[in-house]
Amino acid sequence: MDFDVLSFYFPKYAEAFLLTVRIGWLGIFLSIVIGIVSAFVIYFRVPVLSRLIGAYVEIFRNTPLLVQLFFLYFGIPKLGLNISAETCGIVGLGLLGGSYMSEAFRSSLGAIPNSQKESAEALGLTSVQTFFQVILPEAWVLSVPAVVANVIFLLKETSVFSAISLMDLMFTAKDLIGLYYDTTEALFMLVVFYIIMLVPVSAAGSILEKRARYKMFGE
Amino acid sequence: MDEILNIRGISKKYEDLVVLDHLDLQVRSGEVVVIVGPSGCGKSTFLRCINALEKVDDGEVILDGKVIDPQDKHLSKVREKIGMVFQSYELFPHKTVLQNLVLAPVRVKKMNRKEAEEEALRLLERVGLLSKKNNYPRQLSGGQKQRAAIVRALMMNPEILLLDEITAALDPEMVREVLEVVLDLAKEGRTMIIVTHELPFAKAVADRVVFIDGGRIIEEGEPKDFFEHPKTERLRKFLHSFTYE
Repeated sequence: MDFDVLSFYFPKYAEAFLLTVRIGWLGIFLSIVIGIVSAFVIYFRVPVLSRLIGAYVEIFRNTPLLVQLFFLYFGIPKLGLNISAETCGIVGLGLLGGSYMSEAFRSSLGAIPNSQKESAEALGLTSVQTFFQVILPEAWVLSVPAVVANVIFLLKETSVFSAISLMDLMFTAKDLIGLYYDTTEALFMLVVFYIIMLVPVSAAGSILEKRARYKMFGE
Repeated sequence: MDEILNIRGISKKYEDLVVLDHLDLQVRSGEVVVIVGPSGCGKSTFLRCINALEKVDDGEVILDGKVIDPQDKHLSKVREKIGMVFQSYELFPHKTVLQNLVLAPVRVKKMNRKEAEEEALRLLERVGLLSKKNNYPRQLSGGQKQRAAIVRALMMNPEILLLDEITAALDPEMVREVLEVVLDLAKEGRTMIIVTHELPFAKAVADRVVFIDGGRIIEEGEPKDFFEHPKTERLRKFLHSFTYE
């Protein structure tokens, strides 16, 4: 491995890293918002809307991100709207992630026994108070492992952004290989930067999971 | 004495299964009514109908002269007055004991948090749980959880307390610590309706014992008569099922 090549590549990867992290986290933020709203709609069985959300979840969980990105990137301009590749990446990741997050939140809400709701209501809490004081905090704790897994999954999914010519880590690696043929160095740097991006998230995730577990189950 | 709760002809069906069949019960202020009966006889459902956790198909529950309407938007206002303790404790696992106790007084009664905490500590001391105030429910034994759950219900200072088989999930050696708290409440003059399988306890705590079977009240009476001179064959059989002679 040629270290001159690595140091030459470093700034290019660093730039791509920042772009990937920015788009990745904005997409994840969007996915959590979509996930929470969707889970509420399904949990409260909002008429019509819950059906629509159910269809959305099925469609986005069962198609690849790449296909979704193509639809957004090439489809939306056909409707006369201008959308940048970056916005497209954020929205695409947000929609894909939203379907996964929705399932994570919905199943946690569903996992809270009805008797918890009854005991809160027997104390005189209104159903709104019961939801926000009892059901939601408990479900939130339960959902942590699934949410952490989704976050890591979504960060890795950013690697398909290169298909809509976003200059993310994957794009940079392919680009540099095409230009200089230093395959080993280019791929090495790619792996290193993905690890830099994901290991801290993984570590933070397991701390969060441990805390949540301890809070709920004490072990 | 004045009547606080009047249950008139309540019926409840799950599909074709009749769980409650035109039950009547009047409870006076300060009275302790114990309900016994075989599993599946409807006694828990009966309790749950009182605070509208279950909707009745027929009949009505009248508290303080007012009919409890399960459709009422202000049902929570009525439930404030009816404390309930469950077999499986149902403490809130993400809150400490103290947080469990002050939640409803602060949110529902709009009590000042500090006052609520003082009251909580006073009651915790009374049931011997003061040292557990900052523990999470999972750190308590079953008996401790149930005592905490009783205190949580008391925090709302309810007019009537419903206890639904509160010792059924406990190890035998923990039953006593919980039942002693209840005996103490009875002495203090709390109005209670208690569903239990602990017959010696029922005898000690009850002003009146009611035997339900098949969704109907079969027999009721003062504890001494009830246990020593059962009038109906069904009650005799039921009481006999607890002995090993």
